[in-house]
Amino acid sequence: MNAGATVRTTYREAMREAIRDAMTRDPRVFLMGEDVGHYGGCFAVSMGLLKEFGPDRIRDTPLSEAAFVGAGIGAAMGGMRPIVEVMTVNFSLLALDQIVNNAATLRHMSGGQLSVPVVIRMTTGGGKQVAAQHSHSLECWYAHIPGIKVLAPATLEDARGMLWTALEDPDPVIIFEHTLLYNMEGDLAADAGPVAIDRAAIRRPGRDVSLITYGGSLYKTLDAATALAADGIEAEVIDLRTLRPLDEATILESVTRTRRAVIVDEGWRSVGLSAEISARIMEGAFYELDAPVARVCTVEVPLPYPKHLEDAALPQTDGIVRAARHVVGGNG
Amino acid sequence: MPQLGADMAAGKLTEWLKKPGERVKRGDIVAVVETDKGAIEVEIFENGTLDRVLVEPGAKVPVGTVLAMVRGDGEAPSAAPPMPRPMPAVAPSVPKPRPAVAVPERRAPAGPTGRLRVSPAAARLAAERGVDLAGLRGTGPDGAIRIADVAAAPAEVAPAAEPVAALPEPATPAEAIRRAIAAAMSRSNREIPHYYLSHAIDVSRALDWLARGNEQRPVAGRLLYGVLLVKAVALALRDYPEFNGFWRDGRFAPGAGIHVGTAIALRGGGLIAPAVHDADAMTLDALMASLRDLVARARAMRLRSSELADSTITVTSLGDQGVDAVFGVIYPPQVALVGFGTPAERPWADQGTVTTRRVIQASLAADHRASDGHRGALFLARVGQLLQEPEKL
Repeated sequence: MNAGATVRTTYREAMREAIRDAMTRDPRVFLMGEDVGHYGGCFAVSMGLLKEFGPDRIRDTPLSEAAFVGAGIGAAMGGMRPIVEVMTVNFSLLALDQIVNNAATLRHMSGGQLSVPVVIRMTTGGGKQVAAQHSHSLECWYAHIPGIKVLAPATLEDARGMLWTALEDPDPVIIFEHTLLYNMEGDLAADAGPVAIDRAAIRRPGRDVSLITYGGSLYKTLDAATALAADGIEAEVIDLRTLRPLDEATILESVTRTRRAVIVDEGWRSVGLSAEISARIMEGAFYELDAPVARVCTVEVPLPYPKHLEDAALPQTDGIVRAARHVVGGNG
Repeated sequence: MPQLGADMAAGKLTEWLKKPGERVKRGDIVAVVETDKGAIEVEIFENGTLDRVLVEPGAKVPVGTVLAMVRGDGEAPSAAPPMPRPMPAVAPSVPKPRPAVAVPERRAPAGPTGRLRVSPAAARLAAERGVDLAGLRGTGPDGAIRIADVAAAPAEVAPAAEPVAALPEPATPAEAIRRAIAAAMSRSNREIPHYYLSHAIDVSRALDWLARGNEQRPVAGRLLYGVLLVKAVALALRDYPEFNGFWRDGRFAPGAGIHVGTAIALRGGGLIAPAVHDADAMTLDALMASLRDLVARARAMRLRSSELADSTITVTSLGDQGVDAVFGVIYPPQVALVGFGTPAERPWADQGTVTTRRVIQASLAADHRASDGHRGALFLARVGQLLQEPEKL
C-alpha cells in the first residue's frame, strides 16, 4: 500500500473500522448496547459486525442503561476491554450513577487496586429534529467528573483513531459522537490508526481571534473563519478534541497570540464547558486579553422540534461571525 | 474637585466662602481652588444648606474628590452630629446628602462605573510605555481602549500613573500657565485632525455702524468690534451646531448652550479662554460688559469654574497685533476655533469695480472627526453674512 494512499469514507465507517480494528487486535474487546447486533446500531455504526465477530462479542442488551453500563464497568474490572454504546447522552442519564459513582471512583475507592478500562460511546447534539429528549449536549456533565476522560472526535482521523487509544487507557473514557457527523464524507489515510487523546488541535491557524470549539460545531466554526477571512480577519480555529482533561496549554498559547477568544459550544452557556474555558483564559491569560471573552452557545431552552426553531436555538455560522467581529472591534 | 480644563488632574482648595449651615443656591460661589491656571471660583449647582465640608483649605486633592456635602431642603442633617449626645437605639432613615460640586464628565470612554474601559493587554502596554490612557480613543468592543490604540499613541515623558507628581511644582504662575497650555495644545495636535478654512469678510459697514453707535455711548460703555465678531459666531452656531460642543467617547456631543470661549492674553504671558455663557442670546452691550468683566478677572486670576470648563467653542482675535490671519489650535475637547486677523484696508473688487474696503480675514480650525469642510465653509460664510447687517446682531 502506498504511504500517501487515501480511502473515501464516512465518519460512521471510520468509527466502525475503529471498532473492527480494536476487536481484531485484542480478544478482550467486545461491544454491547441497545440494538448494536441484529439491527446494526441505532446509527448503523456496528452494521455487519455481528456477522463478522459473532454474538459473544457484539451483544444486544435490554433497554436498561443502568444495567448494561454497569455490566460494562463490571466486565472492565474483571479484565475485559468493553465498548459500551449508549444511544444518546440524554439516555445516559439513567446510567449516571454507574458512571459517576462507580466507574469514576473505583480506582480511588480501592486504593489503586481496581482499574475500570471501559469505553462508553454515545451520540450527542441536535440538528436532526429529534426534539428535546434526544438532542441535548450534556458533555459538560461528564467533563465535570474527576476520574474519567471525555473525548469528542470531530474528524475522520479522530473517529478512526481515538477508540484504540481510549481502550488502552486504564481508566474510563467517554466518547461523544455528534449525531450530525456520521454522514460526513471525506478522504482518510488508508493507514490511519490510533491518535493521541491528550491534545487539542489547531484546525486553522490565524492571528486575530481564537475560535475555540469541538465536535459538531467545528465545521460551523471553520465556515465562520472562512467568512471572517473575507473581511480580513484571520481567525484561528481550535478543536478541543478532549473535553477532560482540557488541553489548557494550547488554548492559552493561542489566546496569548491572538488576544481574543470566542468559545463555540453546543451546550448551554450557564455552568457549561464554555464557562470553564472562559475561566481558564481569565486565570491564565488575563493580561494578554484585548477584549472580553465571547461565547456562542445554544439558547437556553429545551431544544425545539420544528426545524426553524431548532436552527435558531443552536449555534450557527453567522452568530459565530458576529461574535468574532465584535471582539475584534475597530478596524480589525 | 471639578475638572477646570482638559488636562487638570488635581487642585488645591484654598478657601471656603460658605460655612457649614449656610444656605447655598445654584450659581453661588462656595470655594476657591488653585490650579495651574490660577485661582478659580467654584460654583455650586444645587440649592440647599451646606452640610459638611470634607476638604480643608490647603489640601490638594484629585479631580473628582467630593469637597463638601449639600443637604437638600427638607432633608435631615447628616448623621454625624458634633454634639456629644447618645445615639438613638434605632437610627432614623437619613436621606443621603448629594455631592455639592458637579464633576465634569471624563473625556475617555467610560463604563457604567465611570472607569475607563481598557483591555488588560492595553493597560499593560500603556504602563510599560507611560501612555496616558485618558486621552485615547477606544476602537475595541463598546469603545474600549485596546492594545492597538495604545500602540498608536505617543508615549508621555512622565509615567502615566502620577501625572501631577511627575513634574516639579511650577516656580511661577506664568510657568504653571505655560505648562497647562503646553499640555492642552500638545493633546490637541496629537489627537485632533484639524482642517482649516479661510474667508475674507468686508467689515466696512459693520465698523461704520459701530463707530456711529459708539458716538452715542459713554466712553466706558463703548463697544469694541470684537463683540460683533463674537456675536456673529454665536448666532451662526445656531444654524451649524456641529461646531458647538465636544468630541467625547468617540463621538460628537453637542453643547448644552452656545458658550463662546474668548482668548484673553495674560499680562505675565500665556492666555486663557473663559466662556461667555449663552453668547447668542446676549445684546451687544451685555456681551461687551461680560467681556470686560472676564478680561479683568482673567488678568486678576479670578475666574469661575463654569467659565473655564463650559466653553463650547473658542474665538481668538489677533486684531490688535496687526497680523492678517490666525489659524488656531482647537482647545480639546472642543471641536472648533474661529480666528480673526486685523481689519485692514484692502483693494476690494465688487461688480466690476475695485474699491478699498476694510477687510478682516476670518479662519476656521475644525475637528474633522466632528465635521467636514463643506459645512465648515457654510458656517464661516454665515459669519460673514451676519457681519454685513450689524444692526441685527
